[in-house]
Amino acid sequence: MGMTISEKILAGASGQSSVKAGDIVSVDVDVAMLDDILGPRVEIAEHMTALDAQIWDPDKVVVISDHFTPPATSKQAEIVKFTREWSERYGVRNYYEFIGPCHQIMVEKGHVLPGALVLGTDSHTCMGGALSAFASGVGSTEMLGILVTGKTWLKVPETIKIVWKGKLPDGVMAKDMSLATIKKIRHAGATYMSVEYVGPAIDALGMDERFCITNMAVEMGAKAGLMNTDATVENYLHGQGLPGPFKRLQSDVDASFRETFEFDATELEPLVSCPHEVDNVCAAGEVPKGTRIDQAYLGSCTGGRYTDLAMAAKLLKGRKVRNGRRLLVSPSSKSIWEQAAQDGVLQTLSEAGAIILAPTCGVCVAQHSGILADGETCISSTNRNFLGRMGNKKSFVYLGSPLTVAASAVTGEITDPREFL
Amino acid sequence: MQNTRKGQAYVFGDNINTDIIAPPQYMELPVEDGAKYTMESVDPSFASSVKPGGIFVAGNNLGSGSSRETAPLSLRYLQIGALVAQSFARIFYRNAINLGMPAVECPEAKKIKSGDLLEIDFVAGSIHNLTRNETYGCTNLPAHILQLIQDGGLIGQLRKQRGK
Repeated sequence: MGMTISEKILAGASGQSSVKAGDIVSVDVDVAMLDDILGPRVEIAEHMTALDAQIWDPDKVVVISDHFTPPATSKQAEIVKFTREWSERYGVRNYYEFIGPCHQIMVEKGHVLPGALVLGTDSHTCMGGALSAFASGVGSTEMLGILVTGKTWLKVPETIKIVWKGKLPDGVMAKDMSLATIKKIRHAGATYMSVEYVGPAIDALGMDERFCITNMAVEMGAKAGLMNTDATVENYLHGQGLPGPFKRLQSDVDASFRETFEFDATELEPLVSCPHEVDNVCAAGEVPKGTRIDQAYLGSCTGGRYTDLAMAAKLLKGRKVRNGRRLLVSPSSKSIWEQAAQDGVLQTLSEAGAIILAPTCGVCVAQHSGILADGETCISSTNRNFLGRMGNKKSFVYLGSPLTVAASAVTGEITDPREFL
Repeated sequence: MQNTRKGQAYVFGDNINTDIIAPPQYMELPVEDGAKYTMESVDPSFASSVKPGGIFVAGNNLGSGSSRETAPLSLRYLQIGALVAQSFARIFYRNAINLGMPAVECPEAKKIKSGDLLEIDFVAGSIHNLTRNETYGCTNLPAHILQLIQDGGLIGQLRKQRGK
């Protein structure tokens, strides 16, 4: 019997030649990632001291301060300081701060490789699956156990196969593929499972767009979201200065899948998730005419990469954000910020009226920089629109592609970006 | 731990996600302060009125969203004795167990009303609703999970193993 990508990686991590879905395996963790908000400060530091324990292998640990950077309050500043000092005390050399959301930094800095088992204290760790890593989110206490032992246990997940055929039309982006998938599977439909994304429409995507899709696998409850290793993956890794060779992973032809769903990118149109659930998806054009937005946001580990900003800038060139509305832009990393600055993308966005922020998680999860007032509505390229997500239980968040965000910023209403093609 | 727990039910609906349980804007606070806002967007009085030993009951997909352990940590701080739901999101479920909070799936959770007195038998896999004199099946907890909970969660177990 052949194996899925998840089965192959977890077989390797548990030192076995093969495993199958349902097996419970003890695994060696290749990379452990902690952020500031759910890292050392939550249960970990205090109990590491009580256990009088050291990190099993500090070079396999990456710590990234991203949610509270730049700090908005003295409490946030103290947490960032604590995270930095804790990392130093435990010999973690892979410490980053202020340069962007952890998942983007993980892939940019070469910490995610094909075939690796990567566990992190943030649910969107699954983004790393676009590089054929088994990457998954865990809680802080679980992470404490990993830091002390280098091991944890996992149930080998069943896999749902998502096949994307066809070719994306103009004005439709990977985010729309992601939302279409979630609409079909629903927000708990892949709980405990892996999701594999394959097919010509996936193969045609660059890494920026692939990350947008695997990032949101957890919005279906999934443990991991995986893609095959191909030349696009290898070129991306070479671009990060990694020489290779890399493991090449894809599921065996006789691997067993729980279910397979087929989608046609050619038929796809711009979609939005309506408040307050990610799977509450409809076509952008179906949202009632005149649904006013107050804030438009481009950013986060889901929707602030170079391609996202460049696409938005293309739409916004020569246009203006509607008077009385605001467009906030947080490039997903410092290096994306720099590239977008060099290429004039940030200039174009700024000329259209956008406010360019630091690379940060802040707006997406209500830590700073863009919290909503009572009754306000935001259209956002991020990953969650839960009640209170942007810091106010009386506000509303719609999720859409960077193009849909840009188009809506111009009209001041939820808008299908194809109106501007 | 004892194989049973008894407490008053606090009942919520489907898709009670981590942004509802532990609102993000209070995450910079330590748990003793942040826990005051537990469930604030759907029940502002919950944190101030919940009784120690209460049983938190929900529908499908309890705990979806973030990996934030502050969600089950806040419920533990408020001395919730057990979690019952039709289904759980993966990370939240494991976080709860790691924190020493028993969590069971119960297909009939929607028959439970707020204020009902429940007694859960984690070995038999049953919930006795003493108020309505009804009994529902639920998942049982295997011996190693019961031991983990008895040890006070993963940290308690690691401390025990290392004699700390």
